[in-house]
Amino acid sequence: MLVAVLLPFILAVFIPFLSRWKEKLHPGFFVTLVPVVIFIYFVRHIGSGFEPVVQEYSWIPSLGINMVFHLDGLSLLFVLLISGIGALVAFYSIYYLHKSEQLGHFYVYFLIFMGSMLGVVLSDNVFALYSFWEFTSLSSFLLIGFWNYKQESRYGALKSMLITVFGGLSLLGALIFMSELTNTTSIRAMIDQQQLVLNSEYFPLILSLLLLGAFTKSAQFPFHIWLPDAMEAPTPVSAYLHSATMVKAGIYLVARYSPMLSSSEWFFIIVSTAGIVTLCWGSYMAVRQTDLKGILAFSTISQLGMIMAMLGFGTKAAVFGAVFHILNHATFKGSLFMVAGIIDHETGTRDIRRLGGLMTYLPITATLAVFASFSMAGVPLPFLNGFYSKEMFFESSLHLEASAAGFSGFMMSVIPYLAVLGSIFTFVYSMYFFFGTFRGRAKIDQLPKKPHEAPIGMLVSPMILVAGVIIIGLFPFLVNGSFIAHAAEAVKGTALEEKHITFWHGIIPPFVMSLTVVVFGAILAISRKGWTPVYNFLPGRLSLNKFYDGLVDRTERYSGVITKGYMNGSLGRYVRLILAAILIVSFAFMALTGGFTVDTSNLSRITAPEIAVAVTMVLAAIGTALTNNRIAAILILGVVGYGLSMLFVLYRAPDLALTQLIVETVTVALFLLVFYHLPKLKKKDQPMSTQVLNVIISVGFGALMTMVAISAHSSKWFDSISEYFVKNSYKLGGGDNIVNVILVDFRGLDTLFEIVVLGIAAMAIYGLIRLKKPKEDE
Amino acid sequence: MEFIMAVLAGILFTTGVYNLLQKQLLRIIIGTGLISHGAHLFILTMGELKRGAPPVLTEGIEKYTDPLPQALILTSIVISFGVTSLLLVLAYRAAKINGTDNMEQLRGNDYE
Repeated sequence: MLVAVLLPFILAVFIPFLSRWKEKLHPGFFVTLVPVVIFIYFVRHIGSGFEPVVQEYSWIPSLGINMVFHLDGLSLLFVLLISGIGALVAFYSIYYLHKSEQLGHFYVYFLIFMGSMLGVVLSDNVFALYSFWEFTSLSSFLLIGFWNYKQESRYGALKSMLITVFGGLSLLGALIFMSELTNTTSIRAMIDQQQLVLNSEYFPLILSLLLLGAFTKSAQFPFHIWLPDAMEAPTPVSAYLHSATMVKAGIYLVARYSPMLSSSEWFFIIVSTAGIVTLCWGSYMAVRQTDLKGILAFSTISQLGMIMAMLGFGTKAAVFGAVFHILNHATFKGSLFMVAGIIDHETGTRDIRRLGGLMTYLPITATLAVFASFSMAGVPLPFLNGFYSKEMFFESSLHLEASAAGFSGFMMSVIPYLAVLGSIFTFVYSMYFFFGTFRGRAKIDQLPKKPHEAPIGMLVSPMILVAGVIIIGLFPFLVNGSFIAHAAEAVKGTALEEKHITFWHGIIPPFVMSLTVVVFGAILAISRKGWTPVYNFLPGRLSLNKFYDGLVDRTERYSGVITKGYMNGSLGRYVRLILAAILIVSFAFMALTGGFTVDTSNLSRITAPEIAVAVTMVLAAIGTALTNNRIAAILILGVVGYGLSMLFVLYRAPDLALTQLIVETVTVALFLLVFYHLPKLKKKDQPMSTQVLNVIISVGFGALMTMVAISAHSSKWFDSISEYFVKNSYKLGGGDNIVNVILVDFRGLDTLFEIVVLGIAAMAIYGLIRLKKPKEDE
Repeated sequence: MEFIMAVLAGILFTTGVYNLLQKQLLRIIIGTGLISHGAHLFILTMGELKRGAPPVLTEGIEKYTDPLPQALILTSIVISFGVTSLLLVLAYRAAKINGTDNMEQLRGNDYE
């Protein structure tokens, strides 16, 4: 399985080379091979005798981060979706993306996404899962922004990135909490010790962080706003990432942790509420869209809400319906996206107001769209898979297993009605999508291109998907026991008896609900123009997008103001700020911890020569600050240096005294060489406030250093290591001069690096002197 | 005596920082020079002053001054020499090419 996950990444490395010959051979062909291979590798696991597989590879064993791949029913469902839809989308993209596009980039991102998505659904280690999770966000960002010359693309990419990465970080928080509580990084081990998490005082926090991660990724209300903007991506990407796979990562996460979390009442309340609200809001808003892909985006949101709601219900029937719908949604929505892509490609527009009557021009596409959109609507026909999962949804909404008290009791009573309401609008937008595009009066002369049927290569992928719709619809048992039941089992955590899927149950409540949906949906779809003004009231001016835009805008503006406030390009100001910060922190810390200590017991005598030298140095140092004469300043600096070497003599440091003497002489000579080329010192013309600030900062800094020096002298917490050098200087280093032995022997490497520093400085100086003045006209 | 030296080091830091905060490059370089002098004295003062003989092993002497700060300072002197020389040449080039050694005028144009 490691190979399967890594294969896309490995090929991604070679894509840039392959795309050099893109004029001769579209790199999409190579890319299509990868998911096909992966699909074939995993498809053999389908069957009623399926057993979970675990494979382990160590990665960072010291941190407990290992690559553990765990293939159970749920992972298998996702792996097959990722590789299956991936293959179809890759093939479709060969015809969708022209050779003049930056195909290399596209397929690299595409493969990175595929590999990371496989990693997400196969990882058993939470941190590996998190890393792959963020990689999918990243590749989604890159793919949405693929046409990065378009402003909308960049906006959509950034939006999706901000929202999903925000959720990703919450998820990381939840994962860290859980792994700390259970002392493991394995998801299976966590679920085995679920009581540790469920009974922990942090459980509400863990639950909300985890669900935040899942809801942002799966575009649940109110985080759904990134998905419609993500439609700026090329259509194959929308079909793949933003409908079939990536947006289901959040669903996967909730499903994966269902065995642990579903016993909590809060899980039921939050997840079903979010799911139901998303279902209703998404389908309601979809009818308002005019962009074909916009309709599909909101439809995806609402379908994801429906799956999420079923996971929240948590009953056997609901879980079964959820995993079944994951598969069904991928088939019909994937094909609808491809249909939208074809229409865009062949007519030059995706605006449904300009489309219409395309049935005669694109008959095959229209046929495909009929099946897919009617399946999406849940029309009760025996060859449409959408109907089966929709009916499971209705059925499970009627048989909720939760305590009848409090809010969950209220939830139980309203969920069936909301389910029907959301489904009515689902029916409406499905009809709107199909009839608005393919029926009605054709406005061919107003289209940018003269429409004609798509090339066969573009039709193959949606055909296969629609074939899936019909086959699953006609023969649901094909996927039932061998495949869906295992996935449901993994979500539920216990063995499930195979659910019998049949078309006709008799006139039972779910069927009545379906009929209600069809009847009311048809009425609303026909009278659509009559009631659309309702959107002026709801959402009207209420807009989550405006909230998001305002948030991003303000963050940018305020951080810009703050940054501009202190980063004004004046280095003097930066130094002042840095020093002031050091002063504040150090003094505050000293005051808080009582760090300033004075111990007068261990002091040496005060002698006249030292005082004389010290006074001279003080006067000289102050002189440098006051004089406005270049030569005077340099010479006075020299006085300070020579005074220091005098002090070294007095304090019995002969080597220091010698070195200081030589260095000071050379430095003064250097100063005198250079000063001639520098402008004269001017009177200080800084404003009074700045000058006062300078004095305060410098005096404060001097005081700080004095206090630190006195404290350091006064408090000896450990024995000095100097004795070691005194004792071993001759024994180990073979030298009498201890300082020299330390430098060249005990700390020889330090000295070597010191020489390197000097060497670099020398080279830089040489380079600077030899550097020619750049010509003015350049 | 140690306290007096600590005060002296503090004064060297004060004047050094004060020069560092000025606008002209020459003053800034003088400031760095003063700060490194102050730092050397600071390191020396943290140990004990004037206890024992110079740290050169001699027959019959048991007590030596602390050799470790001296080794540190020796390294530091050499490094600060390198830094000062580099700064000087840098200032020379900057003044030559830009015609000014005023830091405020050497700001980029992005902030105007």
